[in-house]
Amino acid sequence: MIELKNVYKRFGEHVVLDGVDFVVQPGETVALLGPSGVGKSVLLKHINGLIHPDAGEVFVEGMDVRLLKRRELSRLRSQVGYVFQYGALFDSENVFENIRLGITDDEAAKDRAFCERRVVECLGLVNLPPDTAEKYPAELSGGMRKRVGIARAIAGQPMYLLYDEPTSGLDPVNASIIDSLVEKLRDELGVTSVVVTHDVRSAFQIANRIALLHEGKIRAEGNPEQLLAVEDEAVQRFLGRDLDITLAQLKRYRTHGSSL
Amino acid sequence: MPEPETRESWRLTGTYRSPVVTIDVRQIVGRASLMAASHIGRVALLLIEILRGLVEWRIWVPRAFEQAQNVGYGSLFVVMLTAAFAGAVTSLQAGYQFTGSIPIYYAAGVIVESIILELGPVLTALLLAGRIGARYAAELGSMRVTEQIDALESLGRNAVSFLIIPRVVAGTVMLPVLVVVADIVGITAGYLASKSSLGMTHADFVHGANFFFRPLDAWYSMIKSVAFGLAVTVVPCYLGLSTKQGAEGVGRSTTSAVVSASVLILFLDAVLTQLLLQ
Ligand SMILES: Nc1ncnc2c1ncn2[C@@H]1O[C@H](COP(=O)(O)OP(=O)(O)OP(=O)(O)O)[C@@H](O)[C@H]1O
Ligand SMILES: [Mg+2]
Repeated sequence: MIELKNVYKRFGEHVVLDGVDFVVQPGETVALLGPSGVGKSVLLKHINGLIHPDAGEVFVEGMDVRLLKRRELSRLRSQVGYVFQYGALFDSENVFENIRLGITDDEAAKDRAFCERRVVECLGLVNLPPDTAEKYPAELSGGMRKRVGIARAIAGQPMYLLYDEPTSGLDPVNASIIDSLVEKLRDELGVTSVVVTHDVRSAFQIANRIALLHEGKIRAEGNPEQLLAVEDEAVQRFLGRDLDITLAQLKRYRTHGSSL
Repeated sequence: MPEPETRESWRLTGTYRSPVVTIDVRQIVGRASLMAASHIGRVALLLIEILRGLVEWRIWVPRAFEQAQNVGYGSLFVVMLTAAFAGAVTSLQAGYQFTGSIPIYYAAGVIVESIILELGPVLTALLLAGRIGARYAAELGSMRVTEQIDALESLGRNAVSFLIIPRVVAGTVMLPVLVVVADIVGITAGYLASKSSLGMTHADFVHGANFFFRPLDAWYSMIKSVAFGLAVTVVPCYLGLSTKQGAEGVGRSTTSAVVSASVLILFLDAVLTQLLLQ
């Protein structure tokens, strides 16, 4: 379980998070929406302690992330995969080494044969051919880098996954492959995920719950139906552009009885 | 709709007012010393992290070897070249100054001592401040701004044992080695120069060198080298890690890494000379 309680964060004079309360139940996928620059990435980085709040508390599995010692924090982080918005691949290492660093179990990481199998497997999950492993990040396209970043985050089989715009910059086919991967990890392994996205449609498809970050606060949250029913102008404006599609989707869910 | 303020419109219609600058010395000194104190504090924290990370030797030892090769081979030629010139010039200068009643073998003592005690360590360290100081700051700085360091930490890895310790160890071990090389090359060049242009004999040189040289001097040179090795690695690593704001920030860190490492070397040189050569 992930729990942010009344989190404040500012950079200089600029208040980014202004009292955020945010909960993710075990096994749940929550989509985090919000306009660009609102602080979605900042919020996500609070969860694995890359950024500490100025005030408020962040709990993961009941542990207060701010108070963890180095060793405990690193154990927690090996359970929390993080997909960076811009990939953040280690550019002096090839793809194989990048994904191998994602295998957070040290014993397993020493076993070369296991690593090779796991790297190919993870590349397959994000729809990349095995020979990508030999390449260096600079030799990959933007979308490939992004998918290697996802492969690296899932290589250690974490129980939590934090995705920062996993599908932005991907073609529709690969975007939907990643969407299904998120669903698959939840359904088969019970992974708890937070997905930051600008793609309202995919949010409605993969998430159990959607939260909208606006002006430093969670302005609205709930399942897709609840969110569409919110009579808040900011929320409606934000969902507006994709509303037609999402309403159509919603109808489909109603008739087919979806898991949402 | 008001016109967007472009450069052109500003030039045509805007009025230029020179900024009013008030200089308050107390404020400047106060701010500078606060900044210095906070830098020193954070460098100290980094040093503590480095000491604590040393137990993870499985991680840093192989990486330190890689880095050490880089530092060693990469710097060998330029270090030897510099040392050769420094040795030869010292020799010529000693010959120029030691005329008249001063015995010629004194010059040999001056050459050997000034190379071992001062020129070898300081010149090598300054060269490395430019070479590896800049490199470390740029590498770590660009890793910082592209979130690679965050990525490493997000995987539960300790960025200090992965990235910092290998670099610090490599530099701190390789600098004394390079200083020994510089000393040998510098003294040889000094010897050759004194033979060819000062007319000093082999016996004169050996006598002069032995007359002044104390074994303690070699230790002293090594102590200096290790201190300089820490200076040219820890400071650039610290500045690289604290890089902000993209490519420009990386440039800024790189420049300030070279400048601060060089200044720190000269400062440590003065302090250590004072402490050790009482
Ligand atoms: N390290 C930092 N230093 C200063 N300001 C920062 C820093 N990180 C983020 N910010 C500021 O915090 C705000 C939120 O940034 P964040 O990256 O979380 O936005 P975002 O919601 O992820 O946007 P996008 O959808 O474009 O990725 C921005 O205004 C940004 O300027
Ligand atoms: Mg972002």
